[in-house]
Amino acid sequence: MAGIEVTSLHKRYPDGTVAVEHVDLSIGDGELFVMLGPSGCGKTTTLRAIAGLERQTSGDIRIGDTLVNDLPPAERDIAMVFQFYALYPHLRTRDNLAFPLRAEGLPKAEVEERVGEAARLMRLGPLLDRRPHRLSGGEQQRVALARALVRRPRAFLMDEPLTNLDAELRADMRTEIKHLQGELGTTMVYVTHDQVEAMSLGHRIAILNKGRVEQIGTPLEVYDRPASLFCAAFIGSPPMNLIEVELADGHLRSKSGLALTPPPNLPRDRSLIAGVRPEALEVTEPGAEGSVPGRVVSAEWLGDEIIYVVDHGDQRDVRVRMPLNVRFAADAPVGLRHTGGPPPVYDASTEELVA
Amino acid sequence: MAVSVNEAVSAGPAPDQRPPGRRRRGRGRVAIEVAVLAVLAAVMLFPVLWMIETSIKENRDVYAIPAKFFDFTITLDHFKDVFVASGGGPSTLSGSFLNSVIVAGVSTVLATVLGVPAAWAYSRFSVKAKKDQLFFILSTRFMPPVVVVIPIFLMYRQVGLFDTKLGLILIYTAFNVPFTIWMMKGFVDEVPAEYEDAAMLDGYTRLQAFWKFTLPLLLPGIAATAVFALIFSWNEFVFAIFLTSSDAVRTAPPAIAGLIGGTTVDWGLVAAASIVFALPVLVFSYLVRKHLVAGVTLGAVRR
Ligand SMILES: Nc1ncnc2c1ncn2[C@@H]1O[C@H](COP(=O)(O)OP(=O)(O)OP(=O)(O)O)[C@@H](O)[C@H]1O
Ligand SMILES: [Mg+2]
Repeated sequence: MAGIEVTSLHKRYPDGTVAVEHVDLSIGDGELFVMLGPSGCGKTTTLRAIAGLERQTSGDIRIGDTLVNDLPPAERDIAMVFQFYALYPHLRTRDNLAFPLRAEGLPKAEVEERVGEAARLMRLGPLLDRRPHRLSGGEQQRVALARALVRRPRAFLMDEPLTNLDAELRADMRTEIKHLQGELGTTMVYVTHDQVEAMSLGHRIAILNKGRVEQIGTPLEVYDRPASLFCAAFIGSPPMNLIEVELADGHLRSKSGLALTPPPNLPRDRSLIAGVRPEALEVTEPGAEGSVPGRVVSAEWLGDEIIYVVDHGDQRDVRVRMPLNVRFAADAPVGLRHTGGPPPVYDASTEELVA
Repeated sequence: MAVSVNEAVSAGPAPDQRPPGRRRRGRGRVAIEVAVLAVLAAVMLFPVLWMIETSIKENRDVYAIPAKFFDFTITLDHFKDVFVASGGGPSTLSGSFLNSVIVAGVSTVLATVLGVPAAWAYSRFSVKAKKDQLFFILSTRFMPPVVVVIPIFLMYRQVGLFDTKLGLILIYTAFNVPFTIWMMKGFVDEVPAEYEDAAMLDGYTRLQAFWKFTLPLLLPGIAATAVFALIFSWNEFVFAIFLTSSDAVRTAPPAIAGLIGGTTVDWGLVAAASIVFALPVLVFSYLVRKHLVAGVTLGAVRR
């Protein structure tokens, strides 16, 4: 087992596409590290560079203490699970699992023992003699995971391994992967564009955008204090309300007059944007204390909560998360007020967090 | 709720539930279609049928007027003549067939051995000006053989390849490599690169990964491509007649053509030789018919 150290990674494909602009990652030994970002932001490329399947244009990659820049994938002692599983179609499950071990030249008895162990861990017993095309998507995924396990590699790399599964199975597999990683204690780099997956799995999350790291932090940090407007708009569903604010007489105020608790040490001379989570706002009766007048534009009922879209006279409508016991009709006049602590505030021009 | 997608989707009407009127009309149409196709087939295949008949007729029946369709005596003498010379020993024609087998076989193997790895490389790696290169490779096929045969003839005479089997093998290989590359590139594109990635992470080199994983998945494609290459080399006439002169080198197509044109033509022999010549192509096409149409991936990859 080993940590992974990525320094100043830059990858430019021969056709000129810059997939990774500049990425620094420091992944701890035994950590479950998630890379999250929108499509095309360079997640797969970064992962493939770590695996050695793609040669970086510049930058260093260390696995454990070894500088692996010039090592072929085979010598990096890493297992990868692909979005498209890539089980060898002409081999039965059993042989798919045994394959990497035979490549290492392990004795037969040990191969069998390890295959048996991985099969037990991933509950593949009845599937061992089937070929991939006779397995369901979820089963193929379990086989792919088992194939990554058997070799007991120094690290796992997962490239959106659950994308092809339906929602229910995905949730199950998520739990399973998290449990497995905890059990084995092996470093895992997990790539996804699904923030729920990232939040529920990761010890730490790196948010990537256009080939750069926007933020690295625990799920809580990332959720509470997104490091940039991009992260603020990316994390959470619905994401933060980005509200243009001004600092006036000790208050942060939006153009509509909505008052927010100001964080300390706000710079004065810039245009600011506050990131307000939908649960940090409240829809009230019109005229309630501390509220600004507004109007319900629409209400989206999500089972255990309602998301109200409220027009409060600002350029952009805000989304408010409310419990079920408070109901407002669409178009009803309402009040809107801020209930949470100081929100993160961003510089409108640099889009960075300032306080 | 466990409703499988298949069940839900395949709920369309089964053929038997069509309204009766439509079914009757359908049946009438089928009858007409069958009749038209039968007539067409008879017309199209008549030369072939006639060739088969001629090859098993005795010579006086071949020339009989009016032509004998059914009441002739069957003989296999013509087929014997194809292989055995009149004084005993192998005939010149049989030598030509052997030449054809060697030339077509070797050139196909060469084209496959050169073309498949090239196709793999073009599919998997980023090559400078890949599109232009591929177009250039294909463009060598734009020229019909007749256009280039004269310069090639002159060159071959200079370098001593004229009237050699090697010369024919080389020119056929040169013509088949582009075709192999283009056709195989399509097949390689179909095999997900992730197999090789996975294999490389499992401890294999890139070449081993290609050899052990991609190649087996490509076999149907290779078979199909090789059969096309084989058929081209086997049937090729223009180069064969221009670039060879002796019976020892001549392949079957010019040799069979040479049977026609003397003062008398032994039509029975021509017909029998043509059938012997056509047979391997038919057999091969039949053997790989499944692969000629089948997809290559075995369905393990979900996209
Ligand atoms: N082989 C390649 N050649 C050229 N450009 C490429 C290649 N592979 C990826 N790219 C480009 O590099 C950028 C990053 O791709 P990458 O696959 O790393 O994105 P990703 O974050 O994994 O996206 P997704 O979530 O869609 O998988 C994209 O713009 C993509 O078009
Ligand atoms: Mg990707």
